[in-house]
Amino acid sequence: MADASLSVVGAPLRHDSAHLHVAGQARYIDDEPETPDLLHLAFGTSTHARARIVAMDLDAVRAAPGVVAVYTAADVPGANDVSPVAGDDRLLADGEVVWLGQPLFLVAATSRRAARQAARLGRIDYDAQEPILTVEQARAAQSLIEPTQRMARGDAVAALAAAPHRLSGQLAMGGQDHFYLEGQIALARPLEDGQVHVLSSTQHPSEVQHLVAHMLGRSSADVTVEVRRMGGAFGGKESQAALYAAAAALVVHHTGRPAKFRADRDDDMVQTGKRHDFVVDYEVGFDAEGRIAGLCLRLASRCGATVDLSPAINDRAMFHADNAYFLGDVEIVSERLKTNMVSATAFRGFGGPQGMLAIERVMDAVAGHLGRDPLAVRVANLYGPGRDVTPYGMVVADNIAPDLIARLRSDARYDERQAAVARFNAESAILKKGLALTPVKFGISFTTTHLNQAGALLHVYADGSIQINHGGTEMGQGLYTKVAQVVAQAFGVGLDQVRITATRTDKVPNTSATAASSGADLNGMAALDAAETIRARLADFCARTFGCEIDAVVFAGGEVQAGGERMPWATLCRRAHMARISLSATGFYATPDLHYDRAAHQGQPFYYFAYGAALAEVVIDTLTGEHRVLAADILHDCGRSLNPAIDKGQIEGGFLQGQGWLTSEELVWDAAGRLLTHAPSTYKIPTANDRPDHLHVTLWDGANHRPTIHRSKAVGEPPFMLANAVFSALGAAIAATCPEAGWPMLDAPATPERILAALARQRDGVRA
Amino acid sequence: MASLPPTAHVNGLPQALPDDPRRTLLDWLRHDLGLTGTKKGCDHGQCGACTVLVDGRRINSCLSLAALHDGDHIETIEGIGQPEALAPLQRAFVTHDGFQCGYCTPGQICSATALMAELKAGWPSAVSADVAARPNPTREELRERMSGNLCRCGAYSNIIAALEEVIANETTETGAPA
Repeated sequence: MADASLSVVGAPLRHDSAHLHVAGQARYIDDEPETPDLLHLAFGTSTHARARIVAMDLDAVRAAPGVVAVYTAADVPGANDVSPVAGDDRLLADGEVVWLGQPLFLVAATSRRAARQAARLGRIDYDAQEPILTVEQARAAQSLIEPTQRMARGDAVAALAAAPHRLSGQLAMGGQDHFYLEGQIALARPLEDGQVHVLSSTQHPSEVQHLVAHMLGRSSADVTVEVRRMGGAFGGKESQAALYAAAAALVVHHTGRPAKFRADRDDDMVQTGKRHDFVVDYEVGFDAEGRIAGLCLRLASRCGATVDLSPAINDRAMFHADNAYFLGDVEIVSERLKTNMVSATAFRGFGGPQGMLAIERVMDAVAGHLGRDPLAVRVANLYGPGRDVTPYGMVVADNIAPDLIARLRSDARYDERQAAVARFNAESAILKKGLALTPVKFGISFTTTHLNQAGALLHVYADGSIQINHGGTEMGQGLYTKVAQVVAQAFGVGLDQVRITATRTDKVPNTSATAASSGADLNGMAALDAAETIRARLADFCARTFGCEIDAVVFAGGEVQAGGERMPWATLCRRAHMARISLSATGFYATPDLHYDRAAHQGQPFYYFAYGAALAEVVIDTLTGEHRVLAADILHDCGRSLNPAIDKGQIEGGFLQGQGWLTSEELVWDAAGRLLTHAPSTYKIPTANDRPDHLHVTLWDGANHRPTIHRSKAVGEPPFMLANAVFSALGAAIAATCPEAGWPMLDAPATPERILAALARQRDGVRA
Repeated sequence: MASLPPTAHVNGLPQALPDDPRRTLLDWLRHDLGLTGTKKGCDHGQCGACTVLVDGRRINSCLSLAALHDGDHIETIEGIGQPEALAPLQRAFVTHDGFQCGYCTPGQICSATALMAELKAGWPSAVSADVAARPNPTREELRERMSGNLCRCGAYSNIIAALEEVIANETTETGAPA
């Protein structure tokens, strides 16, 4: 047995690439040496959002300096498809375009500049049609990516009619660009006999492998996809990386030369999907305490022109429209609108933030209507005994939200500070403060059940060094470090014995995307499975060799104790090798106890929930609409943390990214469907200056009630939604200007313009 | 006497500047000199990932043409310190986890290196209450002065903590405010 006292797991160990990152020596795909025969790629793209392609004249493109080849849909040997599920994302447009910026043709040239310049020389004749862009247009045209979904319990309409109080309202929330600092990139190289090797900055190497193989008309065995690390991804490289990888592989196929596609930042922002924007309509019935008796919630999202991952994303919005609250009789309707825009895609939270923000607005509006403290309304609605079943029929068996909220309320002095804010607002005419405390309950597992599996490949070398490989990808979240900790702990050795290697489809096949916060849960368990296999072989070898019980073999402190024998770990590995013991194993894990009936929207789609709560304090300037987040106090549940330093980083970063989504990050399309905010000059993500002056993060100290890897909990996405507290606090600050008008109608992102408009409506007494 | 070819010193070594006058400093460093520690984030001068030091001052290398740097001394992340011999600021970034994905990190460290020199030289910032007074390296000052370097992972707390530690150590060593 490994000695649990050896504290590799649970220690705040530094990131495995730390020493490389700070010296600029951590290699990303664009840092790979370029061979002289390397071709650089660019897309020629559509200038219409919806049109039939009448003719493409690419002579000028082909004649441009440096151009080696130009490809269209006709040059795709296999399936012209880069979609994750539905088969509807074209690598290159074929006959029609469905969004503005869609790739039409592919240019391969001797330099990136030459490729990009030539890509602008195509002469395309279009038969343009009126695009469907807005929610209203899509509804009018009944333009949907799939039928409208309904999740319900009881009779919400009757419950509304019977409730003492009723309220209805609307909330619109914008999308979000991922703005990974490393843009989309792929580098493909020819191998012998038609095989292709692709370095792709992707969260989903297996999917890129399958799509490239189908696109080339070859088998998966002929394509190897590799990724050592990404410079950020956040969901934006779950399905979106395939476009660039497939383009590079197509050029390799035709030319036999290596090809690199490094998307320009503006092109990247135009060509790749974003978080779904949502419009939410609600009608809620409640009692004098604010306790909800009935709720009708209509969620509508713009999914863009193709299906991508929108069904699962919108499902997750429905799954999180309860957040931590028991909703009584409830109906959640979800419209998935098809619009002539780049297909919206995965982004940290995967629809969860949108569903959760909707119910948080309902809580605030109820509190505003009753003149009660919003936290009192939230607490009154939490899941509890006898009120512990979600709208999708899953029992909330691990409900720590009430205790967690109570602790944060006390530790962060909510009541005292709320009184101080009220005093400040009474004395301050221009500046107004707002304070809010909101919870997070986030379901952990892919809601598509079969995705909840992972594999690992573990080698122990005869010198005692260990190499671990698994299907998860590293995007800065520290997954490689966490899995290495799990392996080191299993063998009772230090982390320096473990080398974790680039994710490759030829090492671990058929993997799921590193997504849904599942990376450490799934891959940690798969790695542990492999380690236990090898450890069992070694223990058996020790027992036979040294005449002791298998259970008496202890791996700890870099040594192995077997009965009366004691030897360094490396010595055992050498002896085991000489005794012809296999020191290599695969590992596998599939999350148990998951089932879901999607037609009925009932079942147990999640293995467990991750919880958190945040208190945010903001101040707004009522003359300019500007604001600052003054303070955020966070209490977050990582179960028994595998690595508290990494987990705290995820929590702070997630919170700040959520704050950006709800405050400064605004996507603007014009009436033709052209994205106007396609660079950081116009699209504003948080800077160091936007971090709250006071930001205090504490980890909840309980273990996961489920037997996850060392009883930890997933941490990638849940903290994103802690920022809902900022949005509620902004609402509270606006409400403070005219409390009798109820909760303000404030849409997200809460830009200065929107805050000013909300202030004006508040003065006019328009209720939310 | 024949004129010398245009040359810049990069991390202490003389390097002939490129013939192509349109070559950005960033592309020259990354592609011609192989100094890939400097990253290309937005190529627009908005994200700060490409920050390098020119004669000790921080600039966005994507917005500068290499040909303009005849005679200049350019320092990149590779010149600041290598994994086996890290500079104090680099060590502090490791200690405080001043990164997640790492892509913005070289730019952050170059920027922070110049920031410390700016503080020493007494430069005020937009948040300095008294522009004539010696700046006090408060967290507010540091966040303002680092706001040109985006970190999408949101590791700002730890980046500022790393910077604070190095400034505090320098103050202790020299007995004077940084």
